[in-house]
Amino acid sequence: MNDTWAGLLQLALLLAALAVVYRPLGDYMARAFTSKGHWKLERALYKVVRVNPDSEQRWSTYAYGVLGFSFVSVLFLYLLQRLQTVLPLGLGRPEISPSVAFNTAVSFVTNTNWQSYVPEQAFGHLVQMAGLTVQNFVSGAVGIAVAVALIRGFTRANTDRLGNVWVDITRAVVRVLLPIAVLFAVVLMGLGVVQSLSGGVDVTGIDGAQHTVALAPVASQEVIKELGTNGGGVLNANSAHPFENPNGWTNLIEIFLILVIPVSLTRTFGTMIGDRKQGYTLLSVMTFLWGGMLAVIWWAEAHPNGPAALLAGSAMEGKETRFGIPSSALFADSTTGTSTGAVNAAHDSLTGLGGGGALLNMLFSEISPGGVGTGIYSILVFAIIAVFLAGLMVGRTPEYLGKKLGRKEITMASIAILAMPTLVLVFAGIAVVLPATGDALTNSGAHGLSEVLYAYASASNNNGSAFGGLTVTNDWFQSTLGVCMAFGRFIPILAVLCLAGGLAAQRKVPPSAGTLPTSGPLFASMVAGSVLLVAALTFVPALALGPIAEALS
Amino acid sequence: MTTNTDTRNRSVEEVQQHHAENAGRKLQAGAFNPRQLLSSLPEALRKLNPRHQMRNPVMFVVWVGSALSTVFAVSQPTVFTIVATVWLWFTVLFANLAEAVAEGRGKAQAESLRRTKKESIARRLREDGTEERVPGTELTIGDLVVVEAGEVIPGDGDVVEGIATVDESAITGESAPVIRESGGDRCAVTGGTTVLSDRIVVQITTKPGESFVDRMIALVEGASRQKTPNEIALTILLAVLTIIFLLAVVALQPMAIYSGNGQSVIVLTALLVCLIPTTIGALLSAIGIAGMDRLVQRNVLAMSGRAVEAAGDVDTLLLDKTGTITFGNRRATELIPVGTSTVDDLARAARLSSLADGTPEGRSIVELCVTAHGLAAEASDAEKAGEFVPFAAQTRMSGIDIDGRMVRKGATSSVRAWVIEHGGQVPDEVHEVVDGISQDGGTPLVCAEYANGIALVRGVIRLSDVVKPGMKERFDELRSMGIKTVMITGDNPLTARAIAAEAGVDDFLAEAKPEDKMALIRKEQEGGKLVAMTGDGTNDAPALAQADVGVAMNTGTSAAKEAGNMVDLDSDPTKLIEIVEIGKQLLITRGALTTFSIANDLAKYFAILPAMFAAIYPGLGRLNIMHLATPASAIISAVIFNALIIVLLIPLALRGVRYRPASASSLLRRNLLIYGVGGVITPFLGIWLIDLLVRLIPGIG
Repeated sequence: MNDTWAGLLQLALLLAALAVVYRPLGDYMARAFTSKGHWKLERALYKVVRVNPDSEQRWSTYAYGVLGFSFVSVLFLYLLQRLQTVLPLGLGRPEISPSVAFNTAVSFVTNTNWQSYVPEQAFGHLVQMAGLTVQNFVSGAVGIAVAVALIRGFTRANTDRLGNVWVDITRAVVRVLLPIAVLFAVVLMGLGVVQSLSGGVDVTGIDGAQHTVALAPVASQEVIKELGTNGGGVLNANSAHPFENPNGWTNLIEIFLILVIPVSLTRTFGTMIGDRKQGYTLLSVMTFLWGGMLAVIWWAEAHPNGPAALLAGSAMEGKETRFGIPSSALFADSTTGTSTGAVNAAHDSLTGLGGGGALLNMLFSEISPGGVGTGIYSILVFAIIAVFLAGLMVGRTPEYLGKKLGRKEITMASIAILAMPTLVLVFAGIAVVLPATGDALTNSGAHGLSEVLYAYASASNNNGSAFGGLTVTNDWFQSTLGVCMAFGRFIPILAVLCLAGGLAAQRKVPPSAGTLPTSGPLFASMVAGSVLLVAALTFVPALALGPIAEALS
Repeated sequence: MTTNTDTRNRSVEEVQQHHAENAGRKLQAGAFNPRQLLSSLPEALRKLNPRHQMRNPVMFVVWVGSALSTVFAVSQPTVFTIVATVWLWFTVLFANLAEAVAEGRGKAQAESLRRTKKESIARRLREDGTEERVPGTELTIGDLVVVEAGEVIPGDGDVVEGIATVDESAITGESAPVIRESGGDRCAVTGGTTVLSDRIVVQITTKPGESFVDRMIALVEGASRQKTPNEIALTILLAVLTIIFLLAVVALQPMAIYSGNGQSVIVLTALLVCLIPTTIGALLSAIGIAGMDRLVQRNVLAMSGRAVEAAGDVDTLLLDKTGTITFGNRRATELIPVGTSTVDDLARAARLSSLADGTPEGRSIVELCVTAHGLAAEASDAEKAGEFVPFAAQTRMSGIDIDGRMVRKGATSSVRAWVIEHGGQVPDEVHEVVDGISQDGGTPLVCAEYANGIALVRGVIRLSDVVKPGMKERFDELRSMGIKTVMITGDNPLTARAIAAEAGVDDFLAEAKPEDKMALIRKEQEGGKLVAMTGDGTNDAPALAQADVGVAMNTGTSAAKEAGNMVDLDSDPTKLIEIVEIGKQLLITRGALTTFSIANDLAKYFAILPAMFAAIYPGLGRLNIMHLATPASAIISAVIFNALIIVLLIPLALRGVRYRPASASSLLRRNLLIYGVGGVITPFLGIWLIDLLVRLIPGIG
């Protein structure tokens, strides 16, 4: 079986597996966020944090909850890193500098998981297990909670209540993320992913030199790293490392875990609003973009155009031979389309076009299919813009899912959309003319520009994957990338929650033959068009000087 | 509720003609004359004032860009910088031109209205009953003024004493005089109109400067035009797109410098102006003004742009049965003979009894006898000699006495009494027929004759409501647009159901009292629906105010006009349907041009990006798929296209895009195809063609 057929077979298996779990998981999540009853474990948690789980909150209280929780999380994670030398399970690893600790704390709390450190040299097991892994769960849960709040904005009418943020976060962790994570951690261990509390083993290599092979509780983190679309690896080589991703099967399972929740949330959305076609329509847009970028990356990698690659016969630089081109393309497409950022290949070594595809996938605002929660709420914002732009053409004030789109809705949707391009363009624009950037870049010309763009796109979209080639340890990059991660996460969240509050307060307009139909291929193409317009057209001039120039040279 | 006799008595032919005119209907174009572009030029130049430009974020950015380019062009004058700068200014100018042309059309109308507002002297009544002469502008609410034949009514008000014929042509354009009388629903008079006969006392109901004519002038001039909610939301979105592209272009410069080829201010400005949605930004206010204008052309005055927009959103139309769905008066539709009489006997008797009957019902009986039974329409000389017995409240009959024959028609009980009084008998069959007609929703008129000493009932005339031709089709159209029609009538439910079924409305409200109407509106609104209705009586006022779109008839009372948010000067209740279509057309025009404007960007990228960067990365030259001659010609062609498309679309913005009632999905598919796909393709062709000319300019090609 040649490479391409093996890739197609994997693709078919992946799509089949997603199709099988789509309905049950989507409906299960819908129930999880609409049922009145509480689990015993949840009640115990509510008691500890003194929350009345049956009270509901306004959008502003909900937003304070999200911000407050995230702020406390940053603080906790920062301290945990800084105190690693005095706390147990530190494995004798060194003290963490304030800037690295801060950057890492923001990175993991915002679900970005950008890593400006080498994990197996920097952190002991306590930081990994009690700090980073915990954030892998709760930052994902925050995203799901915001998405659920927005969906409630559509389903509810004449109310100022959006639900209870503590209940939503708790349920996202307890009912959704934990059970799946436990199950697949065992599966991954069975397939050879390492799970150890030892710091590493000393070996003598074939060259006779002494090495320490790092060990860690990998499987338990690996699974939530993908499932929560986090992406921060326990080991520096991330999913390219054989202890994280030993073979084709684990690779396929990891891609599946990356996609499963964002994809199934479209079903949750359809079920909660009582019109499943609406969910399928959004899923079709996500699939179209994901599939399109997969085709671009796969084709580009299979048709190398650099002199080195042409000499070697294929573009295998930076790729694992046990995965090959199709699996690397599939992984790269899925990780950039979901704000995950885990990698099984070096994205810096992708071809001009392939790297551009990965970059553009992030610049779609992470909706193909996007991060856990963030994907569905971002694409809903695009749907709102699409309804407004083209919806006027049916001769009515635009309505989406029974809610009128007026000044407030458009303002909030605009803010949510505007945040990311602003961050990327402003900071990348400044960065490329800074003298220090030249020293930080290993490449010049078009590829160097791509590296800078990629870094800011990754941070602002809370993706966390890196193009490499750019040393981001200087103060400018550490601080601006931190700003991008925080603003790129919380500005859209605040706008989305405000939007949800406004929508919930509206009455519901019943649909009629005069209402713009928001399910079906026509509307799907409108949403895709809006994404391409806002995300792609904005970045075309910049991309022209980076990946496009590289690809056409 | 009163009925408006002017329109409701229109004959079938008139209505059929009206509908024939509307057949294959699309909203007609308002006249657009290219000469208007020239005559509006001075006004367009005046609008170059930056303070005016600031109201429109998109065009303000273009203005600033043009100013920057001018500075640059002055410091480094080349053919390229000068031509580019000139065309950037043209972009701003063309946007101003669009607005000026739209406003200019209203100005002419305002001018003719102003002429009606000439200074009038009012004869104000003092409390002791004597008169004093004061200027019309000094009248305040509650003043009583006397107006006699030949005088101009000095202000808006209600007639409190007297009856008069009034010439309202100054406002409505309708030359036939109308009757205004105290009490009832025809008491409202408008300042600026002229009393033709008699004397009336008018109580003033508006403050000086706020009269109907003042408001009309302000409206058609666009002086009081405020942005509508939807327009505001669109402006926000356009501003956001402008910001995004501004960022993209500003961030491009450092990246270009990094790549080794910084760009000039002019090139960056050109790119920015081409990318931001200038087409819709330039035409947005013209579209709004023209939308109001289209209503004015149909003699409808909207008190706010918000109401016009709401008209496009209407989900439920409340339509009065009488005058809107059916002709104002019941018409004879069938003759049913009883006893030994034949249908011809009955027809002859019925015709005779109605020959001299001038009421609409009477005329309709003669019409039926003529068309269905071949009798003569005109009375013969012998018949003219007969003595007409007019309808009286006491007798409740009318008829004719001729050559010793007496023919009567009227209410069952009266005719029955008359027959018995003259020694005749009324068979049971009559009652059966009468009850049958009543149950079907018709009105029975019994026709009897006394001749040669014998009195007998000839038969029964059925009067029924006749649904205006073409209504069913219109309601079908409305249904396809997702609009529900509800017929409002004072009839009993049985009658109402029959007419509702015949007219094809979705629902009806029978035995409707004003409070029922109000409750219905509330119920619909609670369900999230927008409701439109027409009304003219004072008791309609609360419902008119509650409805999202309330169209008051100009013949109605001041209270009704005050409560509604639109006034129909023709007092034609059917026009509500057209108003809805105009509202939709306004929104569609905005959406279509927005889509078109944004879809244009793709081609502009293909023109400008290779022009900017092929020098550094020759590979990017492959993006020049239009094969534009040089970088300079490519950029200038894109800028020229961007400016010219504004002028080319002015007629469309003023006229509104073609609209036919259809479902949302088919409208969307059609408009996306024309303005979305068309918007992608057009600039490729346009820029390519312009480049063929531009490349001939020395120093550019």
